[in-house]
Amino acid sequence: MSQQVYLSSSPHIHSGGSTTKIMRAVIYSLLPACAVAIFFFGLPALFVLLLSVLGCLVCEVVCQRLMKQPVTVSDGSAVVTGILLALNLPPSSPWWMTLLGAFFAIAIGKQIFGGLGYNLFNPALVARVILLISFPVQMTTWSKPEPLSTGLDAVSAATPLGEWKTAVMLTGRMPESLQGGTWDYLVGNMPGCVGEVSALALLAGAVYLFWRKILTWHIPLSYVASVVVLSGLFWLVDSDKYPDPVFHLVTGGLVLGAFYMATDMVTTPVSAGGMVLFGVGCGVLTVIIRLFGGYPEGVSFAILLMNAATPLIDRYVRPRTFGVARKGVLQ
Amino acid sequence: MRQMTFAGGVHPPDQKQATAHKPIEDCPLPAEYVVPMAQHIGAPANPCVAVGDRVLKGQVIGEARGFVSVPVHAPTSGEVTAVEARPHPAGSSLPAVVIRADDEDRWQERPAVEDLAALEAEDIIDLIRRAGVVGLGGATFPAHVKLSPPPEKPIDTVILNGVECEPYLTADHRLMLEEADRLLEGVAVLQKIFASCRVVIGIEENKPDAIELLNQRCSGRDVEVVPLPVKYPQGAEKQLIKAITGREVPSGGLPMDIGVVVQNVGTTAAIADAVLRGTPLIERVCTVTGAAVREPKNLRIRIGMPVAHLVEACGGIDEDPGKIILGGPMMGIAQVDLAIPATRGTSGVLLLREQDLPLRQEGPCIRCARCVQGCPANLLPTTIAAYGRLDRMEEAEDYRALDCIECGCCSFSCPAAIPLVQTIRYAKAAIMARKRSG
Repeated sequence: MSQQVYLSSSPHIHSGGSTTKIMRAVIYSLLPACAVAIFFFGLPALFVLLLSVLGCLVCEVVCQRLMKQPVTVSDGSAVVTGILLALNLPPSSPWWMTLLGAFFAIAIGKQIFGGLGYNLFNPALVARVILLISFPVQMTTWSKPEPLSTGLDAVSAATPLGEWKTAVMLTGRMPESLQGGTWDYLVGNMPGCVGEVSALALLAGAVYLFWRKILTWHIPLSYVASVVVLSGLFWLVDSDKYPDPVFHLVTGGLVLGAFYMATDMVTTPVSAGGMVLFGVGCGVLTVIIRLFGGYPEGVSFAILLMNAATPLIDRYVRPRTFGVARKGVLQ
Repeated sequence: MRQMTFAGGVHPPDQKQATAHKPIEDCPLPAEYVVPMAQHIGAPANPCVAVGDRVLKGQVIGEARGFVSVPVHAPTSGEVTAVEARPHPAGSSLPAVVIRADDEDRWQERPAVEDLAALEAEDIIDLIRRAGVVGLGGATFPAHVKLSPPPEKPIDTVILNGVECEPYLTADHRLMLEEADRLLEGVAVLQKIFASCRVVIGIEENKPDAIELLNQRCSGRDVEVVPLPVKYPQGAEKQLIKAITGREVPSGGLPMDIGVVVQNVGTTAAIADAVLRGTPLIERVCTVTGAAVREPKNLRIRIGMPVAHLVEACGGIDEDPGKIILGGPMMGIAQVDLAIPATRGTSGVLLLREQDLPLRQEGPCIRCARCVQGCPANLLPTTIAAYGRLDRMEEAEDYRALDCIECGCCSFSCPAAIPLVQTIRYAKAAIMARKRSG
């Protein structure tokens, strides 16, 4: 035995999981939503997707070079951010806005904090909200879905949530045109952001992530359930004015938010109890902003606000340690 | 029915196929034995022989010091050639008695054995102590201490640990298959000490042959065989108790606090030898395995045999090992070389090749919470390790670092390859040191 051996304390084996593998799985899970987006919104959606991913990759490399950090762009996290950002932009986004979004996501949302793992807020949502505040017109100009369009003849239209908010402000009632569109909303045949429109495609990807054990039920379920319960209460009180819970579920960015944005590992709590609290907080804030806020959609703000609460949640919501009694009784 | 398991845990590939079907072989006797005095949790034994002394097999060569301590016995007959510090599997050089074998392997006269029915519990426990029986699962806690709960802590359940949840190891599996008689004799001894207790043998479902055999053999003996779902660390004492009884050992407490005694199956067989045959603990079953070993085997070894000798008995090294481990891959201790002796805790010798080792560069924590989900103690490993790294030990203690059982599930499952349990060990040591210095 001539060779030297490795010395380290146990364990001496590893599961083989890696950050890159997780990122790759998330990318795969988003492909159905990307495909549906390209089907309904055509070339403009493809353009936003490609530009956003490219912008994020370049921005990550440039930031890490400038800060003299090792370049870790191959871990896949910038690609995930790029896809998620694109899915959160209108299909008609001008090229400069998409690139600006990529800069905000990677430079301001992630690298300033120290890069992967250290950011407080979901980078894609940071970018979306900065863009929404800075360019309200471009960020709320929605195209009517036109299967396989080239984008040259896009017709603009309101999102279902936007239509509801305008109608309620004018008449105080839910417009009839919004009733009975559930199937179109489910498949994604409605105006909206590139990736939020097809609940079915997003759920298909989520099933894959559950199967790969990358997603746990805690945040998506508590988020969706609290939206259903709270919006259901309002609907029961005044169904002429408030939309039913199913409408809340299938329109806007709730599915994208609950399964992909609110489940970003870096910016959410680590304990099971903390995750449930996080999800409930997101759900409650989403419904309040949607029904009473100035914006028709509240998912982005809700998640960012709960991101800010995450360090606090992690401090106070801790699992019950094995062998330590809670309320004096060991179970 | 309640699922018989515990929270957390991971599923490493079990890698037991290389030795699971191989019967236990007697390891050939070497010319020289190095018998460490520290082979158990508690005070090391005091050497009581001198260079030049002739010793017989089974003779006491190290005397116990205090209650939580056990004597050490000569593994063969021969001459004492040194009493000095020698490399020890725990990492440093520690006192040992070196014996040159005389090839006669002659027993010292063993005491006449009384009928079990005629023995009192205290006598039985004293026989076990004098035979040097310690936990053979790897923790090497003196068996007599576990068997002597104070009167205010009545025992109602005795659990025999046949889980063997460490990957690669098959020593307990083979012992249950081939030496069920010894095991059941040991069970009878324990039943004599703890009359009218529930007695359970816990075995993971990946050993169906052992479950079936012991089920047959246990009928009519008031012993339950409980199959457990395969999950590491099912064999950790507190997790096993939780899985079988639903009870939790209180933080900082012992199984006896909740009326439970756990003994490994190998320990139970050694208890039978001690009480029914007057034979001290000088042998154990050890799995020598890993892809760098030419012919992996389950060996019956003597305590004090050089590990290099055990490897030779398995055809030697096939490929250069990248890591030498005593014990299993999840909790075993890495060694510098093979020039160390096997001790009572040596459940396995594992030689991994370099390509079997996870040698990845550490990345940033992405807070994926796999360590949290995998932690059987319900801790937040990533948080404790982060504080440990910053030497913020008060916070690490506040996050209950001392409740960590060091099973390694967190490091095993971390996608960023962060040395979590290693950092928590460091934090635990620092917290304990601070507590001692007041």
